Amino acid sequence: MTLKSASCATRGLCLRTMTELDQSCSVLREYGSEQSLLSKPDGSSTFVQGDTSILAGVYGPAEVKVSKEIYDRATVEVLIQPKMGLPGVRERTREQCVRETCKAALLLTLHPRSSVTVILQVIHDDGSLLSCCLNAACMALMDAGLPMSHLFCSVTCAISKEGQIIIDPTARQEKECRALLTFAIESVECNVLMSSTTGSFSVQELQQCIAISQKASEQIFQFYRDSVKRRYSKIK
Amino acid sequence: MAAGFKTAEPLEYHRSFLKENCRSDGRELGEFRPTTLNISSISTADGSALVKIGNTTVICGIKAELTMPPSDAPNKGYMVPNVDLPPLCSSKFRPGPPGEQAQAASQFIADVIESSDLINMEELCIEKSKLCWVLYCDIMCLDYDGNLLDACIIVLLAALKNAQLSEVTINKETDLAEVDIQKKKPLKINRLPVEFCRNDKNDSIIIVDPTAEEESLSTALLTVVTDEEDRLCAVHKPGGTSLSGEKLQHCINRAITRNKEISKLVGKVIESTKTAK
Repeated sequence: MTLKSASCATRGLCLRTMTELDQSCSVLREYGSEQSLLSKPDGSSTFVQGDTSILAGVYGPAEVKVSKEIYDRATVEVLIQPKMGLPGVRERTREQCVRETCKAALLLTLHPRSSVTVILQVIHDDGSLLSCCLNAACMALMDAGLPMSHLFCSVTCAISKEGQIIIDPTARQEKECRALLTFAIESVECNVLMSSTTGSFSVQELQQCIAISQKASEQIFQFYRDSVKRRYSKIK
Repeated sequence: MAAGFKTAEPLEYHRSFLKENCRSDGRELGEFRPTTLNISSISTADGSALVKIGNTTVICGIKAELTMPPSDAPNKGYMVPNVDLPPLCSSKFRPGPPGEQAQAASQFIADVIESSDLINMEELCIEKSKLCWVLYCDIMCLDYDGNLLDACIIVLLAALKNAQLSEVTINKETDLAEVDIQKKKPLKINRLPVEFCRNDKNDSIIIVDPTAEEESLSTALLTVVTDEEDRLCAVHKPGGTSLSGEKLQHCINRAITRNKEISKLVGKVIESTKTAK
């Protein structure tokens, strides 16, 4: 791992600098995002973390089927399309996680009897897929201009067999690790909104991963702020 | 009059109890409903169990079949869990293909089985690359009154402890299954989930083992699975309102105590069937 730094490109790319090889902490991969790339959805974005890339589209507030409508709030639907094949059971659990996180963040009572649909397409999966989905969903919801009470971002931690904690693992690191933890953090108080884990780990390791994720989430929230600032500074 | 209030304003009704630190059915905030367990209920299955947590009733049947091991793990057998939520258990579920909750529950159980090394998969293998056991675990909910994941895991655990697989020896070309009942329940790790429901009515109250109404009024659900060594096998919180570090720690501690209660219960039931024989 070497020192790397680069200037920001027009798409709001940020490279993180690494100071030294720290045993128990590592750094997020190069991440970037682009908004408003699709013309039909109300909001769209891509989010790239290393080689993992997700394209998100948001439609809403829009009409909802009578069977699904809720009288006092909007109905949130999430669809995750895998790179190959039809969505299966694994996508359903991811959809549930993304949906409940979006429901907590959006101000649904402002749009009763409507629907907000978030569609996520996996372009490439190289680890941290659920995190990338959540980040792309948040950027797309921002792009659509839907009112939210707070923003959210997501970080994945992997605990290797030796006990080292790796942030934002690649697919290979995920396969070799002993446990994989994904957290969604909210922007107001940096508390955990969503947690999805596989593998076994101790309570101390859980607390460590949460602390590391909270720290990493600050970088991502700063990136959200910078992207929005850059975008709206062009509009005069 | 109370019934009228409960129908018209369910949130206020439950809040009025929570203000007094208790719940509408008289339980404490951290108290579980009485849990009863019955094993070997299904005679045609290789292992089965039925659990009732309050009104929530879940049954599990395990069938073992012989098959070829998957090519990426030729020395291991595998398990196929499936959670079914039929329209019988609640008006929430319609007939037809499994809904999202059933699919998410199936995936969760599959993840927990893998994370906790519930069964040593190598023991399910009879001959490398040729023959192995596949355990089909069918979990069906008969009465849905909240806390589904907890019941599913307990019933799966009990059914696996109860399961018996016959001994299989391979002939030169074909394989012979001898009906020597060999007890097989290599439960390497015993893990129990404790499902929490967190109500955030601006008071951030955590209640344990929610009923179906409490679940529908809650703003977040947290499930913690621990094993007998107090390691965490799953911390599952699919979104909802945020959770602070201390509340999470409190939930984990409660999960660990619940683990001990359930281990005792399962142990007692297994022992009682042994003595009955």
